[in-house]
Amino acid sequence: MEIAIVDYGVGNIQSLKFAIQRLGFEAVLTDDPERILNAKKVFFPGVGEAKNAMERLKIKRLDLVVKKLKAPTLGICLGMQLMCRKSEEGQTDGLGILDCTVKRFSRDNKIPQIGWNTLNNTKGALFSGIVKGHYMYSVHSYYVPIIKQTIARSNYGLDYSSAIQEDNFYGVQFHPEKSGKLGSKLLLNFLNL
Amino acid sequence: MLTKRIIPCLDIKDNRTVKGINFVGLRDAGDPVDLAYRYAQQGADELVFLDIAATSEKRKTFAELVLRIAEQIDIPFTVGGGITSIEDVSSLLINGADKVSINSAAVKNPNLIDDLVGRFGSQCIVIAIDAKKIEGNWKVHLVGGKVPTDIDLFDWVNQVCDRGAGEILFTSMDHDGTKSGFANKALAKISGQVNIPVIASGGAGSVKHFVDAFTIGKADAALAASIFHYDEIPIPILKEALLEKGISVRPNNA
Repeated sequence: MEIAIVDYGVGNIQSLKFAIQRLGFEAVLTDDPERILNAKKVFFPGVGEAKNAMERLKIKRLDLVVKKLKAPTLGICLGMQLMCRKSEEGQTDGLGILDCTVKRFSRDNKIPQIGWNTLNNTKGALFSGIVKGHYMYSVHSYYVPIIKQTIARSNYGLDYSSAIQEDNFYGVQFHPEKSGKLGSKLLLNFLNL
Repeated sequence: MLTKRIIPCLDIKDNRTVKGINFVGLRDAGDPVDLAYRYAQQGADELVFLDIAATSEKRKTFAELVLRIAEQIDIPFTVGGGITSIEDVSSLLINGADKVSINSAAVKNPNLIDDLVGRFGSQCIVIAIDAKKIEGNWKVHLVGGKVPTDIDLFDWVNQVCDRGAGEILFTSMDHDGTKSGFANKALAKISGQVNIPVIASGGAGSVKHFVDAFTIGKADAALAASIFHYDEIPIPILKEALLEKGISVRPNNA
């Protein structure tokens, strides 16, 4: 069975592919629903604007595919945000896996948040060996609030979800593929789920 | 808590790292991928690669270098130098760059900023600004600082911000290569007037210069080249010293 990266034309997918490769795994970049549905692990990346990304997903009918996945699925950055019901960015609907609205950071902060922020209250196997106070790299203007599925939180003017989990769906706001050794550890934890 | 970033900058010419003093007098400082790998291991927070001899025929070679960097480096990196179009940006992002830095082309055609932001999003569009004080006024310069313009630095900063730039990389040409500290007053003014992160560049020579850029200059990140290339202040030592001074940076072991 394959490790699939959902290809819908957004994001820095090359880096994710290389990061998985450095861990000794091969991932295929694909928009084929069958291959994605049959994969043993699925990465759902995303960078850019939420509404545009949702439209691209819908054109390929991948919105329905992602929602149906039973294998462990990791949404990264915008990928995690699209798992929510709605986003303030472009006032778009998301996939609705999580019943919450993605919000924009207040203008009291510099937007986007760019850089290394600490993780707090980490929970579960995804964070095995990655403890409180560790740093991950993020670039984003919108955030998922603290919800019952929050498995790690960070602070930027307010506390937000830096990771979530709902059954087989995982999401991280930061970029593990760009977060040095600890980011690689998180990817390995996910691949070993 | 979000930390201040330390960013080594690698000037690239013919696939080698070089560093100019006051933008001239190039010296060879090694293979870019080896250096980048070393910096990532040492705890650099990000890297910048500038293609300083960018021409259309060499662009392809640079894009291949970007792919090699993405293959081996597990921290974010920005690439810049001679980028003039959506196609240029697209090929660099596809090859694994996280952000691109646009300089002269944005001054010549400010609409390019809107186009790039619309296509790729704010988060990956860094506007690099080279400026120099002329008769008491900061003026934007082009072509690696060689060509002066009449454009006021602070007006330009506002404009790029309004057009959706995700970040500003400000280089003071009066300070670049001098190792006498960053242009903290101008930095503080830029940082105060816009709502996006600002990277300080030009003038790093000591730990204190970094402290000043973050405290007086209110910079979100600081970029330097030769002090890192020639190992004058190794990154782990710099970060330890910054932590001692109460500056929040990501420790090397985290």
